Amino acid sequence: MIVAELKPLQEIADSVAQYGKVDVVACGGCVSVCLTGGLKSAEELRRELSHPKYYMGRPPLFQVQSIQRQCEKDFVRSYFTPSPGTGAVLSMACGAGVQTLAEAFNKLPVIPAMNTTFLGSLDGPGLWTEKCHGCGNCVLGLTGGICPVARCAKRLLNGPCGGSSEGKCEVGGHLNCAWHLIIERLKSLGRLEDYDRLFPVKDWSVDKAGGPRSLGRLRPSY
Amino acid sequence: MKPRTPSYLEKVLASGHLAVTAECGPPRGSNSNVIVKKALGIKEYVDAINVTDNQTAVTRLCSLASVVHLKLAGLEPVLQMVVRDRNRIALQSDILGAASFNIHNILCLSGDHQSFGDCPDAQNVFDIDSMQLVSMVRHMRDNGRFISGDKINGPPKMFVGAAANPFADPFEIRAARLAKKVEAGAEFIQTQCVYNVEKFALWLEQVRQRGLHEKVYILAGVTPLKSAGMAKYMKNKVPGMDIPDGIIKRMAGVPKKSQPEEGIRICVETIERLKEEEGISGFHIMAIEWEDRVPEIVERAGLFPRPRVEQ
Ligand code: SF4
Ligand code: SF4
Repeated sequence: MIVAELKPLQEIADSVAQYGKVDVVACGGCVSVCLTGGLKSAEELRRELSHPKYYMGRPPLFQVQSIQRQCEKDFVRSYFTPSPGTGAVLSMACGAGVQTLAEAFNKLPVIPAMNTTFLGSLDGPGLWTEKCHGCGNCVLGLTGGICPVARCAKRLLNGPCGGSSEGKCEVGGHLNCAWHLIIERLKSLGRLEDYDRLFPVKDWSVDKAGGPRSLGRLRPSY
Repeated sequence: MKPRTPSYLEKVLASGHLAVTAECGPPRGSNSNVIVKKALGIKEYVDAINVTDNQTAVTRLCSLASVVHLKLAGLEPVLQMVVRDRNRIALQSDILGAASFNIHNILCLSGDHQSFGDCPDAQNVFDIDSMQLVSMVRHMRDNGRFISGDKINGPPKMFVGAAANPFADPFEIRAARLAKKVEAGAEFIQTQCVYNVEKFALWLEQVRQRGLHEKVYILAGVTPLKSAGMAKYMKNKVPGMDIPDGIIKRMAGVPKKSQPEEGIRICVETIERLKEEEGISGFHIMAIEWEDRVPEIVERAGLFPRPRVEQ
């Protein structure tokens, strides 16, 4: 699941202040599940953003629309028509959705309302936490199903570092040390000997270091 | 163990003497005199001098240039390198740069997270980790090859070290972790500062059970405390630091102006106590912005004069 959160309201207001009419476009995908960018959130955002306190002049006129999945060009093209007279689209999708919208409407400014943050899972009521960086070469099979790339603040493949203390990461009180979790999990699997294995250097060319990645038969055109 | 490199530190250790190293922090500016002066002041009292690499992620004069200044002043430096700020290309290139100035010691570290330093909004690198750095330097030295497999014309000749923190968690894997560092190729270890001697001895016992003390030289780290305030701060704010309440009480129990002396006394006693432990090959003194007290500590701990080993 891709997690995204709303930008500060003043920042969003500043980015749309110059337009008379703005379409607020919700996404029915991930951001709707993590309760930040779905239709309900879009209605709330429209109400909030219409408040004059955010603007020097008159607030824009906002209209809410929704697309099932903003990251799919076909959905965007078939199910979304900008309202008449709209000056800009304020997208509540993740970065992939914003870019898909932008590609579909090359004459219409598309502005992000969200900060896309991570690939995560639902750990408790309303609590999403980061689990994967999409590194392109998964090591979970060797680390007890806990990712050192996304969950160790230093991406250590041979952790834990010397800052791991009472299960917590050196970076901050609330963060769990991923390597502490890995060791606990290996213990409960009866596979602590997996810890003795030295991890070789990782091939980051399949991660973002190698440039944008793609999946499928067609050659991407970026 | 027979020396494998031109490192003087390695020769001292191989000859069976207790080695003494100390740490010098580079300045937050370009005046190299600061570090050269610090180092010259302790020259006769140590076998090698570590230069820290942007420690606690605070931007400083780089460790590479600093060790070159020390080398040109006739000293034996240990180049500290963290993997936080450089990828494998930069690391290998800097290692060759150091080797070109006949720097023969390297300490491979992860580095404190950038959130502790002056640029908490910086990106980090962590392309490889500290263990992989150890094995990379060994590969460059022993096989004469870059990590890519390409041949190096004039490989580095470095004595390769790593850090160990017996006080970090989970405690149960700390000896296993040292075993991994040894397997990766670490030849000497400098530990986190020891205040909790009992816990350190427990770790050392596990290290001996695995026979690691016969495969790697272990230098116990010590840091003299300047005040009770510093002790409390380190206990609460420095991750992976273990300062028992007894030590804090002892520091707080003497008047403020005698606290520095008490701190030095604790440091000397710690060295005296650890000298008896099988598997300790020397001491690494990290007197933070207090380098001028290193000679006194070395002397009072009975580690002076330093041996003169054939170069
Ligand atoms: S190892 Fe890579 S692919 Fe697997 S969970 Fe971690 S970041 Fe994701
Ligand atoms: S404390 Fe644990 S999670 Fe944090 S950087 Fe160190 S090994 Fe990684």
